[in-house]
Amino acid sequence: MDLFIAIFTGTIIAATPLIFAALGELVVEKSGVLNLGIEGMMLIGAAFAFWAVIAGLPMPVAILAGALGGAAASLLFGVLALTFLTNQYAAGLALAIFGSGVSAFLGRNFGSAPIDALDRISIPFLSDIPVIGPMFFRFDPMVYFAIVMFAVISWFLYRTKGGLILRTIGESPETAHAIGYPVIRIRYLAVLFGGLMAGLAGAYLSVAYTPLWVENMTAGKGWISLALVVFATWRPLRVLLGAWLFGGMTILQLQGQALGIAVPSELLSALPYLATIVVLVIISQNRQMLALHFPASLAKPFRPAT
Amino acid sequence: MAAPVVATGLTLVVGSLLFAALGYDPLATLQAFFIAPLNSLNGLSEWLLKASPLILIACGLAVGFRANVWNIGAEGQLIVGAIAACGVGLFYPNPESPILLPLMVLAGACGGMAWAAIPAFLRARMNTNEILVTLMLTYIATLLLSWLVHGPWRDPAGFNYPQTALLSAAAMFEPFDYAYRLNASVFITVVAVFLMWLFTDRSFLGYKMSVSGAAPLAARYAGFRESSAVWIGLLAGGAAAGVAGMAEVAGPLGQLSPQISPGYGFAAIIVAFIGRLNAFGIVLGGLLMSLLFLGGEAVQMNLGLSAALTRIFQGILLFFLLAADFFIFYRLRRIPEHA
Repeated sequence: MDLFIAIFTGTIIAATPLIFAALGELVVEKSGVLNLGIEGMMLIGAAFAFWAVIAGLPMPVAILAGALGGAAASLLFGVLALTFLTNQYAAGLALAIFGSGVSAFLGRNFGSAPIDALDRISIPFLSDIPVIGPMFFRFDPMVYFAIVMFAVISWFLYRTKGGLILRTIGESPETAHAIGYPVIRIRYLAVLFGGLMAGLAGAYLSVAYTPLWVENMTAGKGWISLALVVFATWRPLRVLLGAWLFGGMTILQLQGQALGIAVPSELLSALPYLATIVVLVIISQNRQMLALHFPASLAKPFRPAT
Repeated sequence: MAAPVVATGLTLVVGSLLFAALGYDPLATLQAFFIAPLNSLNGLSEWLLKASPLILIACGLAVGFRANVWNIGAEGQLIVGAIAACGVGLFYPNPESPILLPLMVLAGACGGMAWAAIPAFLRARMNTNEILVTLMLTYIATLLLSWLVHGPWRDPAGFNYPQTALLSAAAMFEPFDYAYRLNASVFITVVAVFLMWLFTDRSFLGYKMSVSGAAPLAARYAGFRESSAVWIGLLAGGAAAGVAGMAEVAGPLGQLSPQISPGYGFAAIIVAFIGRLNAFGIVLGGLLMSLLFLGGEAVQMNLGLSAALTRIFQGILLFFLLAADFFIFYRLRRIPEHA
């Protein structure tokens, strides 16, 4: 039972950064913009948050610093992709490379000492229920915040006028522009929001998930988040389910390594990446569903005719 | 041709501001970063040695990029190429055979192509996005390499270091001069640049690839299948990256270890863009990018600055290049009032 609880809670925790990053990217892509630079924004967020903690700032400020770092990085992408109408693939790649450089540069003096991780909170009474308590009510606040963000984003996208406008812009920026919506401004907001979320994801990695500094600590989680959005066919609930699936994969392979299963640890470490490929292949078979939910203007530059 | 020059200039400006902000004399640091590394024969040898894989890989990638095939996993294809080549070098029955080196080049190309064939198959037949697959395969290639050098291929006489045995002399490119590391593998790059130029500028197939990138509907109407572009684009990148990996292991490295590339596969993407996806431009872009690698190492050794600066400069350079394109494409001009 203890092992089951450990795997369950480990899954939820491992999924948290993926939920932040992938939900943020979902909003960006729903507005018709493809930002491939999540990995870079996450790394900058992770470095900023870790830096703030070392500087002695309180934990909430550190996490906010991570989020703002991600947002600042996303602005670089925004200027290129939205104002300068560059190829969004190339701009996103540049951001990914730039972010890994900036984070490694900031992190050169961070040392290798761990920091005090974000505290977990025990919700009174509920956390004392046997089994249920440790499974659901003893996480750090960011885990709950991720779920809240899921609810907020689902509600925003499908139950508000703002969400409808955002999705319209993603389907047909020409139409939205003709009706009179400021396409570029809204896309900027979406890109900034995506950066904020990727920054949060990075901050979670460096101050809660593995509270010590390792260069390139995201280890592909930004790219996996991109895959999750495709896997989810651009729907929030499926992002959540997908993140848990990948979180579970991560934890199972870590448990497998801890148990000393007689396969090379590298093979186990490769499982999340292999799983990403397999899942992408499976989801790509359903062309109809992809076409139905795919934001039609994704990655196409738009310049309002004045 | 203006955009890359403007972008390079602006990168230098931002670089000097960055150095100044860090408390270093900007001019002296720029000199240490971009000029000092080339002040000696050894520096020039290192410059070409590092430019060679960058140019080689960028040539291969550009073939795909022209057709909108986004192979961003050249780093992984480089690793698998190096593994395949090193495997031949280590286990070929006659370690002194003169055909060993050519066999290793072939093995490197095949290794890289095999790794690139996975995303090519998945994109052409299964409609799967090649960006994510090539990237995931890069992580897997890194783990594969780590497993080999920690496990089955570890040199038993290597004091438990995670590395293979050294390759025999016949399995390595001979340096032009034993005082420096530059070796004959640069000729492979020269040939690749020529082939790339021939393919993109002088062949009908290359023309069709470009059309299918610029105007997919027109290409389809003309009867050119998208899947051919996918296969050619990815295999070209894979072969180039694999050979580059081979040249690293059979050149400066001499053996496999967990980390065999300082990110050539990723930097080559930027080189391809700086070079405007054409052969001549890529040569210049590769020389510039190689200088960024050298400069990063030099300021790390001499001034204690982080080598991560290299990646920052790479990112900034690409940012400026993309932005500069905008100003050239949409040329600014004054419109008379009340026009």
